[in-house]
Amino acid sequence: MVTDQALRGLDNLELRPDQGRPERSRLARKAWAAIWPKLGAIALVLVVWELVALTGWKPYVFKGPGPVLSDLWQQMQHGMFWATIGWTMESAAEGYLIALIIGSVLGILVARIPPLRAAVGSIITGLQTMPSVAWAPFAIILFGENNSAILFVVIMGAAPSIANGLITGVDYTPPLLLRAGKTMGLRGYTLYRYLILPASLPAFVAGLKQGWAFAWRSLMAAELFVAIIGQISIGQQLNVDQQSQDFTGASTVLIVILVIGVVIDTIFTKADLALRKRRGLLDSATT
Amino acid sequence: MSSEQVTPPVTAPGASALSEARDAVRLTEVSKVYKTGRTELLALDRVSLTVADGEFVCIIGASGCGKSTLLNLVAGLDQPTSGLVEVGGRKVGVMFQEPALFPWLTAARNVELALQARGVPRSARRGQTEELLAAVRLGGFGGKRPHELSGGMRQRVAMARALAEDADVLLMDEPFGALDAMTRDLLHDELERICEERTLTVLFVTHNVREAARLGDRVIVLSSRPGRVIDEYTLPRVGHRRIDSPEVSEVAARLTDKLREEMGRHGH
Repeated sequence: MVTDQALRGLDNLELRPDQGRPERSRLARKAWAAIWPKLGAIALVLVVWELVALTGWKPYVFKGPGPVLSDLWQQMQHGMFWATIGWTMESAAEGYLIALIIGSVLGILVARIPPLRAAVGSIITGLQTMPSVAWAPFAIILFGENNSAILFVVIMGAAPSIANGLITGVDYTPPLLLRAGKTMGLRGYTLYRYLILPASLPAFVAGLKQGWAFAWRSLMAAELFVAIIGQISIGQQLNVDQQSQDFTGASTVLIVILVIGVVIDTIFTKADLALRKRRGLLDSATT
Repeated sequence: MSSEQVTPPVTAPGASALSEARDAVRLTEVSKVYKTGRTELLALDRVSLTVADGEFVCIIGASGCGKSTLLNLVAGLDQPTSGLVEVGGRKVGVMFQEPALFPWLTAARNVELALQARGVPRSARRGQTEELLAAVRLGGFGGKRPHELSGGMRQRVAMARALAEDADVLLMDEPFGALDAMTRDLLHDELERICEERTLTVLFVTHNVREAARLGDRVIVLSSRPGRVIDEYTLPRVGHRRIDSPEVSEVAARLTDKLREEMGRHGH
């Protein structure tokens, strides 16, 4: 009984005291601390941009943030603007989803089957380093100027990263956990389902994030190349603006591309952070 | 050899030929050679030892005595180069120096997974998990994740998980080596209590002589490179031993002398 009490006491002493829910004012302060540097950075960019415009550099082409942002605001009132974004996002989602499936299946096969790894492993790494724009002409020859060509380029961009993320995760499953799992009696399917796949999750999410970055770049490249009649995408809008020497139009498109890229990247970063926090992989002082 | 102690008759599930002799683990002339490239390393050299049902045997030795190799062989994680390892169909659970818990699962799910892996039906798992966590005095902590627990608590979750494997034989590879002395001392008491409650057979590897003298019914000393049984002490079981008691100190001193003598052999 003495041991029992002492042990209980030790447990209580060693656990970090429960901090309870943070107050609302603290949450607000935390949010503000996270937001103001970003607002500051945007303000800085706008100031520099405006200064460049004020110097009168390339006066017939270059416009300051004022005209560009008001043009963006104008465009946002029109359905056409949102339809363009919608069309592109649809391609992005479709391509990424197919890349996710192909990448995951390929990754798990390569990780499990040694001869396949020897054959395909280095090819996957090679594909990952290949700029996916290079696939665009090839895709047009193969599929013609249509949606399939665009999807092909996106998949070639994203799938290798996703596959590689999964392979890395499987490879780096801690050996000690594998030993523990085997003594527990986990074999074959259950070993993958309950140990190797969950252990690979952080590396897989990193692969997903990188895959998205590649997918987004590939998509923009593909849309610049592939003109589909009757359907205007973000990349095609950029093409049109270039041909009509429309600086303001091109600038608004660049802002849209940047914002979409940043927003989705933030979602992946948050997911990654939440995952690592759940597993105690983050230093509590930094969260 | 040493089975003067009174072991209650154990009816272990699946107990076979071995149980007639009441030996839970029997190693006969076991050798293990590791080949790395052209060099061969003899890790264990004709080691013979038996552990009776319900006995607590500590194995002690300096570095390179093949302690961990020995446990891997008994656990069935590795095969001997020659000789025979028998556990008579008993279930063997393992505890490592690190808790080796799955960090993405709560303490309760970690224990439950071991139950699930050996086919305990879902309906029975919850109750058994709670019972096992209570047995290691962690009732109410089931919802915590490993990183939210202290080192000693994690090691107890690992103990609950090893028990969930429904082990008759518990193999422990320096399980308290990474803990501070105070926590270790308390966990010795806990381990002793759990072993008594469940009539467990334990093979406990350590290089802490006091720990061996504190816990073992018997202490086996291994030589280094290759590992051979060079000495054996049977300790009288007279109630609970304290780690700071004179009898533990005396045995620890004898073990230390033996180990130093052995290490001296390699000092040239």
